[in-house]
Amino acid sequence: MDIHEYQAKELLSGYGVKIAEGGIAHTPEEAVQRAREIGGNIWVVKAQIHSGARGKAGGIKICKTLDEVNVATGELLHKVLVTHQTGAAGKLCDKVYVEAGTDIKKELYFCFLVDRISERIVMVGSAEGGMEIEELAETNPDAITKIYIEPAVGLQDYQVREMAFAMGLAPELMSHAVKTIKGCYRALRDLDANMLEINPLVITGANELIALDAKMGFDENALFRRAKIADLRDKTQEDPRETAAGDHGLSYVGLDGDIGCMINGAGLAMATMDMIKLAGGEPANFLDVGGGASAERTEKAFRLVLADTNVKAMLVNIFAGINRCDWIAQGVVQAVKNIDMKVPLIVRLSGTNVEEGRRIIAESGLPIITAETLAEAAEKAVAARNQVVANQGA
Amino acid sequence: MAIFINETTKIIVQGFTGKIGTFHAQDMINYGSNVVGGVTPGKGGQKHLDRPVFNTVREAVELAGAEASIIFVPPAFAADSIMEAAAAGIKYCVAITDGIPTQDMMQVKNFLRRFPKEERMVLTGPNCAGTITPERSMLGIMPGHIYMRGNVGVVGRSGTLGYEAADQMKRLGIGISTSVGIGGDPINGSSHRDIFEKFEQDDETKVILMIGEIGGPQEVDAGMFARENMKKPVVAYIAGLTAPEGRRMGHAGAIISSAGESAAEKVAMLRDLGVTISPTPSAMGETVAKVLAGLK
Repeated sequence: MDIHEYQAKELLSGYGVKIAEGGIAHTPEEAVQRAREIGGNIWVVKAQIHSGARGKAGGIKICKTLDEVNVATGELLHKVLVTHQTGAAGKLCDKVYVEAGTDIKKELYFCFLVDRISERIVMVGSAEGGMEIEELAETNPDAITKIYIEPAVGLQDYQVREMAFAMGLAPELMSHAVKTIKGCYRALRDLDANMLEINPLVITGANELIALDAKMGFDENALFRRAKIADLRDKTQEDPRETAAGDHGLSYVGLDGDIGCMINGAGLAMATMDMIKLAGGEPANFLDVGGGASAERTEKAFRLVLADTNVKAMLVNIFAGINRCDWIAQGVVQAVKNIDMKVPLIVRLSGTNVEEGRRIIAESGLPIITAETLAEAAEKAVAARNQVVANQGA
Repeated sequence: MAIFINETTKIIVQGFTGKIGTFHAQDMINYGSNVVGGVTPGKGGQKHLDRPVFNTVREAVELAGAEASIIFVPPAFAADSIMEAAAAGIKYCVAITDGIPTQDMMQVKNFLRRFPKEERMVLTGPNCAGTITPERSMLGIMPGHIYMRGNVGVVGRSGTLGYEAADQMKRLGIGISTSVGIGGDPINGSSHRDIFEKFEQDDETKVILMIGEIGGPQEVDAGMFARENMKKPVVAYIAGLTAPEGRRMGHAGAIISSAGESAAEKVAMLRDLGVTISPTPSAMGETVAKVLAGLK
């Protein structure tokens, strides 16, 4: 789960990380008020969306008068910002963060993340801040330092010093660096974050270390014990279909194709989507209905898939283990009867109680296309989709 | 003798008396697994499914000779249960639980590493369908009847896609020595490579089928191990050709977050390492059949 910059800064500030003074605003008037409270003669207005690379997308504006703060905020609010991380749909900006301008002497890169190879938390830093780490990893990999943290004892001071020197910090900044970096580590551990990135971490003209940007991602499996973090979730930054799916315990990812899918199990879902593509089609979504797919849940899944108006055919592929094909078949029949489907439906059932499941589909009298194997199901789905497109063209 | 489990392996169920634990324990007993009891703290001394309930795993090891365990404990308590099993001397543990926090799993892995290798419990999962040695023992939640006994070792992240593979092979008359689910989480007990090592040493296994997916480095790592250290041929299918970058595809670990983690890249690297690739998910059975035919 991602959170906004201002939320991450608030959290980190509680862990002793220094940030520039700032406040959140939902209107231009509020933004001007925030700027007035902050004082000074230079402010930065930053769009609050769940994405990095906001600067390049015009989401960060430097203002030298209160009037400019007003105008900049007006330009950002209620706009959809498209960065290279958001995808073409972009993210809606409904609030801005107004921050005091910072006198930047040097920009550094710093982050903590969970490393799947070493199964440890790794600390990554570089004297080259400001640009994205992926870019830096390509152009100048030697400029990046990685330090792995032993889980039993946690981050040690010597590791922080190693990192601070690798980032080119002067000795007089060392105690401040230890405080900042250890604060970040504690935040990551205490709050079950799996990623914390400060890019840039800056050295100011006054020789202070400030987190100029902050990004945190949290382990969704741990939200049950992090109620305060769960409260920071901003549903406006999510695809509404995915939010609706999550509310029903379904795992859904919207894609650009037109063959809707409902499958049990993430691996089989990905494989079925691959099969659709290999058969010449494009999947409209990923949807894992999970293990215990009741008739009610099946109907919800159908509604979710069919809410995408691009969908021209729908494929159901269930390999029943804990599930039973007869239960699934009943759910499918009920869903089709209740929903008034306008697109062809292809169903492939396999596994526990498959004969009974197929009998229920066959005896329902509904126009359901059935398939025995995965390949056959994908081919029939693509053929049905092509027929729909041809008919629409005629 | 296949790997990890056979008909004599003494199994306990952690989270035995809960609804899910009860359901699957019964299913495993029906399959023929040697379930000798279960653990539910506070219910020790009772009988459940005609078998003893113990308060601790240590008791189950001492009194019932438990060697393997399967965990159905809810996510908040699952890491603790895994560590309890390891400390009590369980040799092999399957964690079915989905949703264990990543930091808990880091702690578990670190805990396991503290034991000398010969005493260290092997963990597979979490978030998996379990392990089955067909027609002998099932330590999992899979539909046992689709698995046929034979010579192919299967390792995969996904449950249902593993069923698909077992079904395709059975239709072609090909059986399985052991099928191991390593689970869909970013940090898991055993990697593809760990399971490869076991299959390489197993007399019954002639060919290995790896069912991988997007995200993480484990499939390619296993491929490298196979090229350097293994004589047995490896077949692989990698799911997620159509998965977009940066999006989580159901499994917590199924996300392309850096170079080399997409299905296309993994396929290319594995092919270079000499692994036979199943080009589509519906060709897993026939690809294994071809490789098996080449051995004779």
